[in-house]
Amino acid sequence: MSIKQEDVRTILESERFRALVRKRVSVSLTLTIIMLVVYFGFILTIAFNKEFLANKIGEHVTIGLPIGIGVIVFAWLLTGVYTRWANNSYDRSVRELRKQISDM
Amino acid sequence: METFQTTLGQANIASIIIFFCFVAITLGITYWAAKRTKTTSEFYAADRSISGFQNGLALSGDYMSAASFLGIAGMVALKGYDGLIYSIGFLVGWPLVMFLIAEPLRNLGKFTFADVVAFRLRQKPVRVASSIGSLMTIIFYLIAQMVGAGALIQILFGLPYESAVVIVGLVMVMYVLFGGMLATTWVQIIKAVLLLGGATFLVIITLAHFNFNPIELFNQASLKYGDAVLAPGGFVTNPWDAISLGIALILGTAGLPHILMRFFTVPDAKQARKSVFVATGFIGYFYILTFVIGFGAMVLVGHDIITGVDKGGNMAALLLSESVGGQLFLGFIAAVAFATILAVVAGLTLSGASTLSHDLYVSVFKSGKTDEAGEVRVAKIATLCIGALAILLGLVFKGQNVAFTVGLAFAIAASANFPSLVMSILWKKYTTQGAVWSILTGAGLAVILIFFSPTVWVDILHYEEAVFPLKNPALFSMTASFLVGIVVSLLTKEKEAQDKFEDEKLRTYLGIGAE
Repeated sequence: MSIKQEDVRTILESERFRALVRKRVSVSLTLTIIMLVVYFGFILTIAFNKEFLANKIGEHVTIGLPIGIGVIVFAWLLTGVYTRWANNSYDRSVRELRKQISDM
Repeated sequence: METFQTTLGQANIASIIIFFCFVAITLGITYWAAKRTKTTSEFYAADRSISGFQNGLALSGDYMSAASFLGIAGMVALKGYDGLIYSIGFLVGWPLVMFLIAEPLRNLGKFTFADVVAFRLRQKPVRVASSIGSLMTIIFYLIAQMVGAGALIQILFGLPYESAVVIVGLVMVMYVLFGGMLATTWVQIIKAVLLLGGATFLVIITLAHFNFNPIELFNQASLKYGDAVLAPGGFVTNPWDAISLGIALILGTAGLPHILMRFFTVPDAKQARKSVFVATGFIGYFYILTFVIGFGAMVLVGHDIITGVDKGGNMAALLLSESVGGQLFLGFIAAVAFATILAVVAGLTLSGASTLSHDLYVSVFKSGKTDEAGEVRVAKIATLCIGALAILLGLVFKGQNVAFTVGLAFAIAASANFPSLVMSILWKKYTTQGAVWSILTGAGLAVILIFFSPTVWVDILHYEEAVFPLKNPALFSMTASFLVGIVVSLLTKEKEAQDKFEDEKLRTYLGIGAE
């Protein structure tokens, strides 16, 4: 797709495009921070409160087991959340903007 | 189980046959791929023909090394819960790859991640610096893989160390040299399917001993070795150590050149995103399997036999395979472990070759002016060089303690590659000087600090106390790399780079002009 320089400027300065970039950056950073908080929260719990994770929830099984496996599953679900958002909301905006550009 | 005798260390016919079948099939694929590997885009990026699902499998194939399979299962078998903490660190880097890197990387880059870092900066200095970070990561990772391969084969097949190293080197060079990225991708996919399938089957026949109830398995482990195996033990004692290692694992994953390179094999950003979703799912599933396998080995094989074969516990998964599945299944798992090393080394070699040819030879020495055929030829020569280097490193480091090299590779990836990539994608005021000094600081500090850390200073050089207290330097080297990048960029304004940053947004966010 070849576009004229002034059209590039128009798109870049359009409120729609800027909103898209803002949204994208904020979704990326929010999800990143959630992941880091969960992971380092887990690690710091181990560092400072091992007893909590050693609490039994069954005959021998500790609460640490579902929590540890849970972090793995959570990480995967988070990639699912992002994929869902990007496939629907983000890609739709991208398609609309690209169409707008090709109509120029 | 007390009378269980292992045949590890003797030639296992099943294993040898299965391994040769794997090599024959993958070389057949290489032959098929060779006919489709003529242009640079075909050699480096499989002509962007890989689907998101296929690439997700290939990514997990690249990431699930023999070290993570055998090492983590062994750690769980001996220490219980602590092994899980380690594997979680390896997994949580993947969501970050998706949120921060995968799509902009796909849209801005061509063949290597340095394409993205250098996109709006001055090509030559940035390419040289990122090649240093990239090659250091690859070489340290290669050392661990090659030494691991030699040692593993010795135990598995009773084959001499040197011949194992040479076989691994030669076969993987064939894949890369003739089949380029297309063959390498299919080797990864086949290996990933075999490894996931083998591990799943191992878990099923293990759980059959416990009425298919994992809780029963955990209870028995606890009865045999005490409740401590189901709770965190000594793995995290110093919180700073744990944080620093966590940073290396997470951000390092997002800076491994052979992983980043895979995002150029898919047609667009949507498929890049899908590949991370698939990869994270398979890798997470795999780590949960290794956790169960580790506990299975703990209960059904027992600590004494595991440490009797290998002090570090690395043979736990194989001993369990033999114990519950007999010699044939041991042969299968052993062959898959060997195939795993082969595939990972092939991926590393291809990314090393692309750094040498695409980033250094073409972009720096030839100032970007070469023809297709010329660049492919150089890339093939570079493949031979890295292949020879891999064999040489395997031979030189025989019998050495190279456990620190994987940690170092991740530390460099987290401190040199990741900061430069993220800042170039997200920060308008990033400059050429900022990038160069950030990369050099990160890579240099990672190496220096690991030398003075307990991992080398105490474990290898046998000094009483380490000069630098943390086992992994990433907390310091990564922070320093970001700080240096920011300060130097603010001191050396580059107007041209800032203007280009605005223009590249159409490509970063909409994919317009992406290759």
